[in-house]
Amino acid sequence: MNPHLPRDAEIIERIDESPGIFTLRLRLTDLGERTAYRFAPGQFNMVYLHGAGEVPISIVSDPESPELLDHTIRAVGRVTNGLAKLRAGDRVGIRGPFGRGWPLDQARGRDVVIVTGGLGCAPVVAVINYLFAYRGHFGHVTIIQGVKHSSELIWRERYAEWAKLPSVQVLLSADHGGPLWPFHVGRVTDVFDKAHLPGDAVAMLCGPEIMMQIAARQLAARGIAEDDIYLSLERNMQCALGHCGHCQFGPDFVCREGPVFAYPHIKPLFSVKGF
Amino acid sequence: MSGNKEQQPQFLPRASFQRLIDALRAAGHRCIGPRVKDGAIVYEALERADELPSGIAVDQSPGQYRVRETPATPRQFAWANGPQALKPLLFAPRETLWRATRSADGTLSFAEAAVHAEAIALIGARACDLAALALQDQHFLHCQYPDPHYAKRRERLFIVAVNCSHPADTCFCASTGDGPRAESGFDVALSELDDGFVIESGSARGKSILDGLGLDPARAGQVQQAHTESEHAAAVQQRNLPSRNLRDALFMNLDHPRWADVAERCLSCGNCTSVCPTCFCHAENTVPSLDGKDSEQVREWDSCFTRGHSYIHGFTVRPDTRTRYRQWLTHKLGSWHDQYGRSGCVGCGRCISWCPVGIDITEEAREICGDDA
Repeated sequence: MNPHLPRDAEIIERIDESPGIFTLRLRLTDLGERTAYRFAPGQFNMVYLHGAGEVPISIVSDPESPELLDHTIRAVGRVTNGLAKLRAGDRVGIRGPFGRGWPLDQARGRDVVIVTGGLGCAPVVAVINYLFAYRGHFGHVTIIQGVKHSSELIWRERYAEWAKLPSVQVLLSADHGGPLWPFHVGRVTDVFDKAHLPGDAVAMLCGPEIMMQIAARQLAARGIAEDDIYLSLERNMQCALGHCGHCQFGPDFVCREGPVFAYPHIKPLFSVKGF
Repeated sequence: MSGNKEQQPQFLPRASFQRLIDALRAAGHRCIGPRVKDGAIVYEALERADELPSGIAVDQSPGQYRVRETPATPRQFAWANGPQALKPLLFAPRETLWRATRSADGTLSFAEAAVHAEAIALIGARACDLAALALQDQHFLHCQYPDPHYAKRRERLFIVAVNCSHPADTCFCASTGDGPRAESGFDVALSELDDGFVIESGSARGKSILDGLGLDPARAGQVQQAHTESEHAAAVQQRNLPSRNLRDALFMNLDHPRWADVAERCLSCGNCTSVCPTCFCHAENTVPSLDGKDSEQVREWDSCFTRGHSYIHGFTVRPDTRTRYRQWLTHKLGSWHDQYGRSGCVGCGRCISWCPVGIDITEEAREICGDDA
């Protein structure tokens, strides 16, 4: 099969999450392709907008229901602004899934800490859903989510639902709070003092790199092994096949060896500007 | 293809070179070989032996490439290499990957673009370029997603190598271990002497071409002369890279002041990446028709020296020349070891000759690695 070639997919539903952030629920139109499609949380698809181009978008829906593929997108560029104009019934192309997802096997039977910033929550929502779908297989779950402005928080109801579950802690934080923001105001890393961070937990981080750098250092300082800290990186991806070279991070092609990496693997270059 | 010599070296008299071209054409190959064009030696269609660059020498130095006539020699390969390697023949500078069409009901259909893959016999491949070809094979073929365009062209490429006897001042293949003699990766290999060529096959299809020529075995003196010329071509090379792995030395020196120094000279033009036989970066561009119904996905060579190369939604990872040159060099001489088990530099020296300001990769690497090399 030609790895360059996208497949036709129909938008089944379009969900507005917050100003500028929306979710496209996609279904491959070819029945054979649809039933054969599988993905793991943390993997991504190349989503093609006709005449405009392809963009890498992580799949946030339930991996146990791969016939419907949710892609949560922020309208920030030429292609994503075009995707923002689409409605149910419109068509896009998809190619994937690509990359390595989150270390769910390694997390089995252990406590899990999830730290996200901004729309960084999108790639890990699939993980959170998975943790709760297989609740008995995992220990305590700590979810820490930070946004720049309180209005940017998406899925607020989901966080509220998760917070009600046993053995779950949810901590929300905004750099700039609003009138209806009962949570922390300040850096997301400030709430670590309140967080349940068991030393034998597996941590999964996603969001702006500066946030992940600080979070990884703080988690390590609080006793979580660096080998158990995982981060999802973002780079320019054009082919998703490990060929085009844009997403290279030192020796790795983020589209192929990532986007999820163990912290020790990327640590040497992670704080060096220009990689 | 195998690097093992399939038969004893034979001798192809210069006057019989046309027979080799004719045999390749009779076997269904279109011949491409070195020709002088626009002041450089480039690979072009070759039908007659007298189209080869007879009595031509090339002077290369940092930022300089000049073809000059040397009527004294009968030789046709007495020069190192031109701007092109084998790369453009297999990894096309620009090509369409697929076409998308939107039908009246909005459905998108995607069709693979036809691959333009002629049976080509390339005459004149140098050892450095064969080493680079092996690296491009690793990148585009021996991977999780083999590229179908590259694969089809690669399958149909017949390679006639020519061992280097006249390296340029910019060459350093001896230090990277990639030349000047082609040891593997060819179908037929030639060593040029004044009156003809020592000729060997390196594959079954190469042997079949040679068998058809019915040549005499090369005399021991001719084989010896070819080896002596290869040894001489290695010995006269002035430039070199340390033959050991420079990865650690480079990554230990990411803050070296030399990066800013080279950035003052570098124009960030990307000439080095265009002429580099191993650079593989490319962009994918979406080119819609005017009526918006159809669209083509076009792959085109890209360079890590452009601003767009590291762009992600509103942020450029490498905004300046310092970080771009550092990316290029730490990748080429560093991360390649992790990715492909060896350095990405084959010592062809093209990036030195074709750099408009004459930046010399061997000098920069030496300055930056210093005593850590």
